[in-house]
Amino acid sequence: MTALNEMTIAAARDALGRGEITSVELTEACLAAVEGADALGAFVHKTPDRALEQARAADAGGAGALRGIPLGIKDLFCTSGVASQAASRILEGFRPAYESTVTRKLWEAGAVMLGKLNMDEFAMGSSTETGVYGATVNPWRAGDTALTAGGSSGGSAAAVAADLCLGAMGTDTGGSIRQPAALTGITGMKPTYGRCSRWGIVAFASSLDQAGPMARDVRDCAILLGAMAGHDPLDSTSVDMAVPDFEAALTGDIRGKTIGIPREYRVDGMPEAIDALWSRGREMLADAGARVVDVSLPHTAHALPAYYVIAPAEASSNLARYDGVRYGRRAALDQGDGITEMYEKTRAEGFGPEVRRRIMIGTYVLSAGFYDAYYNRARRVRTLIKRDFEEVFAQGVDAILTPTTPSAAFPLGSVAHADPVEMYLNDVFTVTVNLAGLPGISVPAGQDAAGLPLGLQLIGRPFEEGDLLNTAYALERAAGFVAKPARWW
Amino acid sequence: MLDLTYEPPAPKVIQGARDDWELVIGLEVHAQVASAAKLFSGASTLFGAEPNANVAFVDAGMPGMLPVINEGCVALAVKTGLGLKAAINLTSAFDRKNYFYPDLPQGYQISQLYHPIVGEGEVIVDMAPGIARRVRIERIHLEQDAGKSIHDMDPALSFVDLNRTGVALMEIVSRPDIRGPEEAAAYVLKLRQIMRYLGTCNGDMQNGNLRADVNVSVCRPGDYERYQESGDFAHLGTRCEIKNMNSTRFIQAAIEVEARRQIAILEDGGTVVQETRLFDPDKSETRSMRSKEEAHDYRYFPDPDLLPLEIEQAWVDDIATSLPELPDEKKARFVLDYGMTEYDADVLTAEVENAAYFEQVAQVSGDGKASANWVINELFGQLKKDDRDIGDSPLSAAQLGRIVALIRAGDISGKIAKDLFEIVYLEGGDPEAIVDERGMRQVTDTGAIEAAVDDVIAANPAQVEKARANPKLAGWFVGQVMKATGGKANPAAVNRIVQDRLGL
Repeated sequence: MTALNEMTIAAARDALGRGEITSVELTEACLAAVEGADALGAFVHKTPDRALEQARAADAGGAGALRGIPLGIKDLFCTSGVASQAASRILEGFRPAYESTVTRKLWEAGAVMLGKLNMDEFAMGSSTETGVYGATVNPWRAGDTALTAGGSSGGSAAAVAADLCLGAMGTDTGGSIRQPAALTGITGMKPTYGRCSRWGIVAFASSLDQAGPMARDVRDCAILLGAMAGHDPLDSTSVDMAVPDFEAALTGDIRGKTIGIPREYRVDGMPEAIDALWSRGREMLADAGARVVDVSLPHTAHALPAYYVIAPAEASSNLARYDGVRYGRRAALDQGDGITEMYEKTRAEGFGPEVRRRIMIGTYVLSAGFYDAYYNRARRVRTLIKRDFEEVFAQGVDAILTPTTPSAAFPLGSVAHADPVEMYLNDVFTVTVNLAGLPGISVPAGQDAAGLPLGLQLIGRPFEEGDLLNTAYALERAAGFVAKPARWW
Repeated sequence: MLDLTYEPPAPKVIQGARDDWELVIGLEVHAQVASAAKLFSGASTLFGAEPNANVAFVDAGMPGMLPVINEGCVALAVKTGLGLKAAINLTSAFDRKNYFYPDLPQGYQISQLYHPIVGEGEVIVDMAPGIARRVRIERIHLEQDAGKSIHDMDPALSFVDLNRTGVALMEIVSRPDIRGPEEAAAYVLKLRQIMRYLGTCNGDMQNGNLRADVNVSVCRPGDYERYQESGDFAHLGTRCEIKNMNSTRFIQAAIEVEARRQIAILEDGGTVVQETRLFDPDKSETRSMRSKEEAHDYRYFPDPDLLPLEIEQAWVDDIATSLPELPDEKKARFVLDYGMTEYDADVLTAEVENAAYFEQVAQVSGDGKASANWVINELFGQLKKDDRDIGDSPLSAAQLGRIVALIRAGDISGKIAKDLFEIVYLEGGDPEAIVDERGMRQVTDTGAIEAAVDDVIAANPAQVEKARANPKLAGWFVGQVMKATGGKANPAAVNRIVQDRLGL
């Protein structure tokens, strides 16, 4: 029998429902796994007392969709009374007096919080090594080299992949759920922009950020999304739409669906393994009864530059509030230092180099004289990218299939000292989805020659996550990915 | 048609050492929206609370907090726009204005740079009866106020009070249509009056409820007309902006001082530098805050936390139907309906509460003109002496109305009425009952007056002779009779009987 902490959410839910296991047993199994996994650098603030308290409450009764299910939460979410510092030194000691809407909904659905998960500082990165806590290490290895779990939700991905929790919360601004999911062999979904409330999630780039589920399979993502989603009057950009039963949409029947293969995603230098996986994905969906067609998203090449203007622009403004005045860390000041020195010293020592780089880029592209050339042009590109997708969907395409990442997990440290643009290229297949506000999901679909997991991405129509999840479910069944990392930690 | 017609006032001319100069002035007025809650948070806007008592998480710029627009503030901005006969933009949007300061916790102010909620409108600024300036409004946008930094409580520390942070402001931007310091002050007061009528801003300038940034430039006579014809600002001088003034007295003084400073520079052959300046009322000078070269780059961009603000025409129409009568219309109606002077109408309509009080007096008394005199001369005089507002007048409009009605009916004389006014003002009570209880009713009984006249004539034969020779002296007899009757005799009746008995 599967160890408790290795169960899927659906299986655990059913076992709990039948009284075969208790949430306390399930939670204790996860806490033990967490305790034994410090080498992964996934959990950065552990909340065992709260977890057991919630587990006991779940065992006492209740009817929530996630009753008794232990989850991990990305450090970007504000969790009441629990350290929430977006992996940044500048938020050292910050314990919010409020709970983010998404996590509040999880607890209301009966979920159990195991703790907070590692990430890139302020979600800026693709390797979970830019944060104050140090790097997260991928449970998967090829030889002895420590690999990245991806980023920025690398802690969430590693925790799910290493069976430390049944599911985890991530956020995705340019691929931060899908890329780490792909690199760790799990399933991760970015819902349509506006599907989940952003209230209480530390903002990176407000027009792109979206919370999403990371779990072992598509069904678990559907269950989690159902609990997370919904209109929030506290977030003006959350959409007032009914939340359908996503799990009920999982029939696996995609006969008659049309899947688009965008030719612009075939980039130069794409590894053979990725290309082969993409072709297999295409065949699997065709075998399942879908019609697979080539489509064009002509402005794709401009997506990455536009993203790296818009996201830093918004971030430079969103991160202005971290000034050492009201909360978090304030630099020690010298005699005679004034307010300017307080800002400069606090922000210089509080932010890491990647965050500082993006604040400077964002400040530059918004400044007088450059605004039109960069920010406004990027916004126009964004409109064109959105239109590309609208046109493809208008042609009757139901979902678009692409690789999730241009490579398998890379060694830790390999991008830290490299040209930052190398790191940014990790987002090449995922940023378009954020720019267009669409739902996207990464499904583990194969392994490379070294045995490392690879993911395929499906992109759906806005607010049709049910349909997208069902297509992903069909792909998952066809791919039959069951590999697990060998435990080394 | 109730509109009164006006002539524009002459522009103010300042004589420099060599030339005559004219002033060109435009104002940005920041008016605090009279809403109970802030623009993007539910926190209270109540003035005078303990420091940092009215602060929501979003006001304090806590991580992950998001703004949500307060519909009430939008409605009040729309109402203000309608009151200024301005175009309402059904789609507007919020932008972030980025800068660092401890009283700005988010590190940006949410404002409306690119798409304001209210477009072009106008204000008629009355300068004298028949003289008014039409000032065009360019736009009104909604924005957040900042908090307050306090630097003088401790030698080493600064303190921040965030109670005001996030309170809704309307920035009302005028065209450069104002041509003198007095006009600028009158413009601010007129805006204040209109917004107080509308109930959209309390206009309490002392508490920073209404503040103005004033743009001043000078030009030679004729240049302004050339600008008007061509629309080309090149005909006008370089302007300086004097920031953050909260008194009309200072506004006037600052404009005067700044204009003279610019004139002195220009006549010396120098050039005026476009910059932001502060007015120091103690030294009566303006000082540079920062020059354009070191000006902030605010990096405005659309706030991604807020969707464009879409409102419906039907909603605007609903607000339009709820609009009260505004000062210009009310004043015109007072002149035309009550036959009062424009001056009196100005006084009575200055504050909406005064106008309402007057109208009740006029309704109860049935005599508008007399009511206007009594309200302006007697009541306002007394209230001013007692340092009271109309709101806490001890004399109700109904009471004053009945006093005026008693005069109108001939029940009391004007002189007695003043006594009665004082009694009711000080002691309260029903005017009719007081008149009866204290025997103040005017004697209109001809028999009684005739007897009194006869008595006076009989007692003063020498005066009778003089009066017959010089009819102007008949007034002396009237006075004696009034004295004898304790002022209660109807003076008209006394006059008629005296004339009759003296055979004049």
